Order: sequence, then C-alpha cells, then structure tokens
Amino acid sequence: MKKLIAVLAMMLVPVAGLAAGGPAVPLEKANIDLTNEAAIQRGAKYFVNYCLGCHSTQYARYQLMKNVGLSESQIKENLIFDGSKVGDLMKIAMPSEYGAEAFGAPAPDLTLEGRLRSEDWIYTYLKSFYADPTRSFGVNNTVFPNVGMPNILWELEGLKEAAYKYEVHEGAHTVATFESEAEAQAMVREKGEGLKVVKVVDGFNKISEGTLTEAEFDQVARDLTTYLAYVAEPSKLERQRLGVWVLLFLVIFTVLAYMMKKEWWKDVH
Amino acid sequence: MSFMNWIDERYPLTKVWNEHLAQYYAPKNFNSWYFFGSLALLALVNQIVTGVWLAMAYKPDAELAFASVEYIMRDMDYGWLIRYMHSTGASAFFIVVYLHMFRGLMYGSYRKPRELLWIIGLVIYLAMMATAFFGYLLPWGQMSYWGAQVIVNLFAAVPIVGEDLSVWIRGDFVISDATLNRFFALHFLLPFVLAALVFIHIVALHKVGSNNPDGIEIKKGPKGNRWSDSAPADGIPFHPYYSVKDIFGVGMFLIFFCAVLFFAPAMGGLFLEAPNFEPANPLKTPEHIAPVWYFTPFYAMLRAIPPMFNSQFPGVVVMFASILIMFFLPWLDRSPVKSVRYKGPIFKFALGIFAVTFVVLAYLGLQSSTPTKTLLAQIFTGLYFAFFLLMPWYSTIDRTKPVPERVTQ
Repeated sequence: MKKLIAVLAMMLVPVAGLAAGGPAVPLEKANIDLTNEAAIQRGAKYFVNYCLGCHSTQYARYQLMKNVGLSESQIKENLIFDGSKVGDLMKIAMPSEYGAEAFGAPAPDLTLEGRLRSEDWIYTYLKSFYADPTRSFGVNNTVFPNVGMPNILWELEGLKEAAYKYEVHEGAHTVATFESEAEAQAMVREKGEGLKVVKVVDGFNKISEGTLTEAEFDQVARDLTTYLAYVAEPSKLERQRLGVWVLLFLVIFTVLAYMMKKEWWKDVH
Repeated sequence: MSFMNWIDERYPLTKVWNEHLAQYYAPKNFNSWYFFGSLALLALVNQIVTGVWLAMAYKPDAELAFASVEYIMRDMDYGWLIRYMHSTGASAFFIVVYLHMFRGLMYGSYRKPRELLWIIGLVIYLAMMATAFFGYLLPWGQMSYWGAQVIVNLFAAVPIVGEDLSVWIRGDFVISDATLNRFFALHFLLPFVLAALVFIHIVALHKVGSNNPDGIEIKKGPKGNRWSDSAPADGIPFHPYYSVKDIFGVGMFLIFFCAVLFFAPAMGGLFLEAPNFEPANPLKTPEHIAPVWYFTPFYAMLRAIPPMFNSQFPGVVVMFASILIMFFLPWLDRSPVKSVRYKGPIFKFALGIFAVTFVVLAYLGLQSSTPTKTLLAQIFTGLYFAFFLLMPWYSTIDRTKPVPERVTQ
C-alpha cells in the first residue's frame, strides 16, 4: 500500500522535465526584486521611452503604475506621450502591417512576455545584441538568433561584436572545440566522415563605448526586466501575501476539523 | 416541527435526508482513500461557481477572448483569484478523480453489485474530459488553439467520413471563431450534465451501498447497530460520522490546493502552459504541442501507434480503446476476492505496474517524441492493455487470502 501511494505521488514528478525548449545559450540570472517599486518605476520610464514605440503592452493600463507609487500626474507627465488617458490601455499607433513590412514581423505585444518567456530570458536577451553586418539592422542576438529587432539600447550600451569558437559536431554531439576555424577544419579533414564544423558565439568584445558603464547598463536591463515581470502578472505579490493568510487559516481550520472528527468518532469501535 | 411536517407532506425532505445522510449506513472502516469522492464533488462545485463568475466577463470571440481573460486577470476585482481557482481547479479535479478511480481499482469497487456504479463513474470521467477539452480552447492562447487543432484532427483520421466529421465539429475548415463560440456553449452546458451524472452516480451508490478497504459486503453481514436493529452491524450513519470526517479531508485538500493556487498557479508550466500566454496565431505553429497533463497518458498511446495504410486512424482507435476497455473491468476481474488486501501477489504486482505505466505514459505524452521515447511509449501502451486483457487469466490463478467475516480497523 505504501508503495502505491509513493507511486501516485510520483504523478507530480514530471513537472521537473517540463523546462524543455528555449534558447541554446545559457541565460543569465536576472535577479529581479518585484518589491522594489523604484526599479519598476525606472523600468516603466525606459519602457515608454525605448520600447513602447513598437511594442504595446495592450492588456495593461497606464494606471497600473499607481500601484507602484506613482501619482496620476506623475504618470501623465512621465509616461504618456500620445495624449492617452491614465485609464487607457498601453497600445501603440504602429499598424501591424507596417511592423511586418519594416521588421519582417509585427513587433509582439509584451504584456505577458515575462510569463511567455522568463525573466532571465528578457534580461539576457537585452544584453545579447552584437554587430552582424549580414542582418538588415546590422545586429544579431544570441538568445533570439536572427531577430528582426534593431539594438534599440545601443547608445546606452555601446556596440559589441561576437567572439567565436568552432565546435566539431558529430550528429547532435560536440566532439571538440577550437579557437580557430582552421584547426577545426583540420580535424574534420583528418577524421572525416560525419563530422562538421559549427561556428558558435563565445562571448562579446566591445567595439565602441556607450553612455553608460557596463554595471549601469546591467541595471537598465534589470529594471526593464523587473517592469515587464511586474506587468506580466501585477497580482503576483498580492497573490503571495494573501496566500500566506489563507494557508494559515486552513491549517488552523484543519486542525480543528481533525479534533472535531476525533471527538465525534470516540464511540466508533 | 410543524413546519417540517408541512414540507414533508408536500416534499419528502426528511425522507431524503435520512435515506442519503442520517440513516445511510456506510462501512466504518473507510481510510483516507475515501476522501476523494467528496473531494471530487467539491472540485466540481468549485469549477461551476468560479466558471459562472468567469463567464460574466469572458468573451467567446476570437478577436476578444484573449484580451477578456487578461481583463479578468487585471481589471476585475479578484478576477485573478477566480481565474486561478478555475485553472488550478481543473487540474485538481483530475488529480482527485484519478485517485478516486485508483481507490476503486485497489478495493474492487467495480465488482458485482457495483458494475453500473463503475460505468456511470466512467461516463462522468468522459464528460469531464470533454468539458476540460472544450474549456482549454477558451483562453485562445497558442496552446489552446493548436491543442484543439491536434485533437479535432484526430476525428479527421476516421475513414471515409473523417474530413466531414472534423469540419462539422469545428464549424469551419480550421479552428476559428465559430469553433470557439460553440466550444464555449458546450463548456457551459456540460458541467450541468456532469452534475446530473454525479447525482445518478450517488443514487446508484446508495442503492448498492459503499464498498470498503476490505471489500466486504456489510449488508450481507450481521444486522443491528446502535442506531437501528435492521442496519448492518459494521455500518455507521454517513451523517454525522463521515460528514465530519470529510470536512477534515476538505481541509487537507484545500491546504494543497491553495499552496498551488497562491504560490505556483502555473505549476511550472503544467497547469498553465507558457505558450498559452501568447494569443492564438493560426499562421504560427508552436515548436512543441502537448495537451494538458491529464490527457497525456492517452496522447502518448495515440502517438505510440505508427500510421498504417497512410492513416493515423489505428492510433486513434487505440487511444479510444484505452478508455473503453475500462468499461469492461467488472467482468475482466475473476478473482474470488475484491480488495487488494486479500488478493495475491500477482494482482498487487499488476496494479503497481499499472500505476507506474499511467505515470510514465503521462510523462511521455508531455515530451516531444524521439525514437527511444516512442519505443518506451509502445512498451507501456502494451503494459496498459495487458493489465486489462490478461486480468481474466492472472486474477484466476492468483493466490488469494481468506476474507474475514467482519470489516477490520
């Protein structure tokens, strides 16, 4: 019997195996703090200045920022540039046809990006643009290869180019890694059959400085991530706060219910 | 009391109360596995109540559906709570029902005279699956859309009439606004059918009486207890004994339920799948389409069967057969005893393997298929059917233990 219960408990185990998919590059930890209202406010400022031209967050309203300490007039003065009302949804003027023409695909709405991808994904993505002359906007991204988005934060961050390494693959396995392409090619020529060389981005080199230091730019990326995480689920903190009280109540309720059951069942033998 | 008399002369209220609660004698040896029946009822009520509230703000329209769910999550007072109660509630309902069914398997609750009770239960299970399937389309996210696409396409695999059948189900050539609208109508209707079926399930239960962990018929045992001379000696009135016990069960259940609801409502992508946070896009197929976890054992069996004669139909047949075969269970089990407590080692082994099989198939159904995983799915599909098909044989040769006269504590 105990074994059967253990087996049933295992029904919940496959949760762990679900994290499949996602980009091949390792993601940096965003380390955001949703209780940091200043970070969300700064993130909102960066978002409306740099992102909201193309990316809507059309399921969220400007007035959401009232919940993180901004007043109605602060929202009007600092976050709204298109005459929207504070209670309006954060839509964009760009028609999706234009987006498709200009970028290959309309810029996606970002309201739920924090749940569709992950916080770490957004953070790493913002920091992973590198110069690539073969792309129409001159940049590429390791987290989202061949993305249609220009590097909108380049003035802040400066420009980077990719440093490459060369991996020798046999099917899905990496058998060797080289600094230079010539060495990798040499190995393929020697061992031959079934091997191929794959060029992989291995870190970045700065080619021009931005207006911010690296640490300052990381903070911008983190603030934007915090903001997007907040917008993706504004009720998250309230949910967890309420949850603690609900669970405390339930534990007391259940203990009392157990005592009541014991009392009623005293005479059942 | 004169008011009650007035009612009783016009409606058998006291009679119903006594027959089904105060003088319904249930075996006194129920263990924790017997919580899951009342918990399933609680889960159904939770789904209906939260569902009605969601329907007050939800818009069954391909243009508006996704945004209306976000409206509920953001702008409706405690909308997020109601929505999470519903989405977590759906998974909780299936967990509770799977455990309830497993209880039936362990203690032989499907055996004579409870064959019809078991069959009604399976009909409830089918109605639940249909309700969940219709409901999953409503948020109109990517996984909603493509999941429904995959499942409706199964019907297209039926020979000759398949194409027409799938168009008839969708009301269109692809999943569209027409499909969403009818799925919403059916998703609203079916819970009430479910409630009616649950009523029938309970009527059937109270006709034959509850089974128990010993698989002993208390009605056939000695008569007479503290409450009645004609009641089974091993029975106690459902109310107040099991009503107070079930309140404790409800408390335990709600602790687990609320822990998930408030701290992990997406359950790591298992209860709310990440791709569903992107609106449905008919032009963009997701990398990996998997149904929600409670369907995946059957989905794994579907995928395990290779196409034959250029048709997916054999897989579809196997998938439906995997559910239909459960209907025959009362007649497949030839063991002289009901409960696993007195069955022999072969049955215990078979039941253990069956439980593992179900979990492994659920896991495989969530994964994208690889040759190894497909082979595993084929092996476990074989084991799933072997549990049922070989039962007439292994339940006869098994070495059973003698069943006591009276229930044990």
